[in-house]
Amino acid sequence: MKQQEKEKEYEAYVKEKTPVRKPGPAMAKAFVTGGIICTIGQAILNACEKAGMSKDISASWCSLILILASVVLTGFGIYPKIANWGGAGALVPITGFANSVAAPAIEYKKEGQVFGIGCKIFTIAGPVILYGVFTSWVLGLLYWIGTLIGIV
Amino acid sequence: MDYINAFWVGGLVCALAQILLDRTKMMPGRVMVSLVVLGCILGFVQIFKPLQEYAGAGVSVPLLGFGNTLWNGVKEAVDKEGFIGIFLGGFKASAAGISGALIFGYIASWIFEPKMKE
Repeated sequence: MKQQEKEKEYEAYVKEKTPVRKPGPAMAKAFVTGGIICTIGQAILNACEKAGMSKDISASWCSLILILASVVLTGFGIYPKIANWGGAGALVPITGFANSVAAPAIEYKKEGQVFGIGCKIFTIAGPVILYGVFTSWVLGLLYWIGTLIGIV
Repeated sequence: MDYINAFWVGGLVCALAQILLDRTKMMPGRVMVSLVVLGCILGFVQIFKPLQEYAGAGVSVPLLGFGNTLWNGVKEAVDKEGFIGIFLGGFKASAAGISGALIFGYIASWIFEPKMKE
């Protein structure tokens, strides 16, 4: 009984001490940051399509250029500052994915090529690739079954 | 006009992700995984395509787009190759993004030194 009371008290204490960030400003910053990154992406897409590339190839170029830019900004320590301000706005675009690959690769190079860079480079990319590939596989299986029965 | 749509839709996706981050105490990694999975599903139920026609990079640059790319790759490979396509398509379609991030990230580890936390 006493133990439970203590736990409750502690929970209340933690709740009181945890800083509550106001949702408004954080959302506005995420909106602006994410919006700008997507607009840059749109500019790359438009430029590629103007150059006569197909939609798929344009999309690949767009990803690649954004990723390269993000890795360079990560290397110079600028991307973390953008992420600090923009929150999810810098996290959710493909540039956030690239940052999550490059940052640990740089950070853990002292721990060696294999167990430092090699393992840590997948800290975030691993789960993202795993669950993305797995989900698309499950859906692909459903789709394949659908083609067999003739629904799709 | 396509710039405006990309800006506000892309911004909205990020603002919603920010709520997820703040309200549910989800770690950044989980938010990223959720978006990729959601992107796959949106592609599967054929909602992603109309979204993309409206917002362009506004939905394809966030990780939703990565999920949709995976699904699209699988679908096209199944159409072409049948069963084995389920295993081929995802990585093929997302190759540029994954290879790019890994290769540039690795090269960056040669060039840059870790920054001390301020």
